Amino acid sequence: MNIVACVKQVPDTEAQIKVKPDGSGIEEGGIKWVMNPYDEFGVEEALRLKEKNGGEVTIVNVGPARAMETIRTALAMGADKGIHICDPAFDGADAFATASALAAAIKGIPHDIIFCGQRAIDDDSGQVGAILAELLGIPQITVVTKFEFAGSSVKVIRPIEGAQLLIECPLPCLVTAQKGLNEPRYASLPGIMKAKKKPVDVKDAASLGVTVTANARVAKFIPPPARAAGKIICGDDPATKARELARLLREEAKVI
Amino acid sequence: MAKGVWIVAEQRDGAFRKISFELASTARKLADVLGEEVCAVLCGSGIEGIAGQLGKYGVDRVFVADSPALEPYTTDAHAAAVAKVVKENDPAILLLGASTQGKDLSARLVGKLVTGLATDCTDVKIADGKLLAIRPMYAGKCFGEVVFSTFPQMASLRPNVFPAVENAKAGAVVKFDPALDAGQLKTKVLEVQKDTSGKADLTEANMIVSGGRGMKGPEGYAILEELAAVLGATVGASRAAVDAGWRPQSDQVGQTGKIVSPNLYIACGVSGAIQHLAGMSSSKIIVAINKDAEAPIFTKADYGIVDDLFKIIPEFTQECKKLLA
Repeated sequence: MNIVACVKQVPDTEAQIKVKPDGSGIEEGGIKWVMNPYDEFGVEEALRLKEKNGGEVTIVNVGPARAMETIRTALAMGADKGIHICDPAFDGADAFATASALAAAIKGIPHDIIFCGQRAIDDDSGQVGAILAELLGIPQITVVTKFEFAGSSVKVIRPIEGAQLLIECPLPCLVTAQKGLNEPRYASLPGIMKAKKKPVDVKDAASLGVTVTANARVAKFIPPPARAAGKIICGDDPATKARELARLLREEAKVI
Repeated sequence: MAKGVWIVAEQRDGAFRKISFELASTARKLADVLGEEVCAVLCGSGIEGIAGQLGKYGVDRVFVADSPALEPYTTDAHAAAVAKVVKENDPAILLLGASTQGKDLSARLVGKLVTGLATDCTDVKIADGKLLAIRPMYAGKCFGEVVFSTFPQMASLRPNVFPAVENAKAGAVVKFDPALDAGQLKTKVLEVQKDTSGKADLTEANMIVSGGRGMKGPEGYAILEELAAVLGATVGASRAAVDAGWRPQSDQVGQTGKIVSPNLYIACGVSGAIQHLAGMSSSKIIVAINKDAEAPIFTKADYGIVDDLFKIIPEFTQECKKLLA
């Protein structure tokens, strides 16, 4: 079985995000870069699928030179090889451009199942998986918390507002991973040593024949609106404080 | 030339989701600035009868595809139907809900329509005749102003943020043939397991009572459940509580959980790790109850109580009961 897992490198969840004074982006100094947590679930599921059914896992990434570290992490977890699409042209590219690059790379290799994270925790767009599936002409199931391979098809659980759906889909298909799908493994020390020797193919936009688009572009980054300082409710005992809170929510904030 | 503001309305089991009216009202506002028409696309089975309801919220025309293949929602069928009618009519703007369905569908449409999409927007406006979409990034640690160079200019709107305002227009029904090719419909919904708790999903909840590490264990949540029952709120949890196994994954609020924007968010025993704050800071009113006066959650709170939550919450629940009686 040929399995592909797409990964992105993102600032870790504890990172403070500061907007550059000119609004052209965020300050990257001091940021710790990690594999997007949702992509980690995808890589883990790909590895489990391979371990059960045999085959090969290919990691594909669009990102700057530093993203090689994230590809190596996935290889250290147990993936077999990588494709790194590295081109400054992709700075500020939109989801369509990223998906086009991934599609161009994946078209060239056999693929039965593709895993992506349900969204990247940096731009929070959640588009690349679905656009990639469309460009490859295969079905998608997004935001999946349970995955089962059943021969020529997959059965998955997709939570929606107020319900869970059990969905079946034939191969080839693309699945985007949600938290809860699995518990990703840590790379072992031998895994890390082996990963250094695994092949990673580096490509640029031209070698893939991709035109980089910016159909939707962040023209300006802005800091979040500041919240006015809040009120600390004082009182002699819990009952007094609780009563005052209820009163304020009713009379001042008018929310209950 | 691309013209008109379009929405993809969302229904389930023959009833509109609230987001549909939020979309319609927002589209009306944008269309009035442009002097253009608002159209909605509505897909499903046996739903022609409800289409007119969209008129009440400012929709001029509703394009309806009514087919058993469109119920329940699958990406294959809905994306094909919506892409067909959108391509035939060439709207300038296309809005969807940033619901689970809307996110799935909107992203697939970007591929089909070869255009750009701003996901999960908290504000949209017209600037120089074009759409300007404002959206949180990094789970709200910063915001981005998104501009478009292709049509339709697509945005998905965060539920619960845009008001649904009545503004009666014709809501005229225009039927269209989705021309679905059975061979293209690959995904099948085998089962819909409904949550019978009757609680709103966190992403759609009007009020959220959320517990963190300070709840001390799964049994601590009983007092939050009780308060939530009185308020009609949904219970949420911090990542620490979910990772400890106290609450299910689906309850998690934060950067790697659900990003929420209720009218009232009550954080109990939540310290306010940056990834949690990121997921809830667009709530309208935030209350923090925590023993630790230095907890970062107080920097986001409109109202704070520094005290033992196990003493405060039961008293507060009683007060709310009295007020709401």
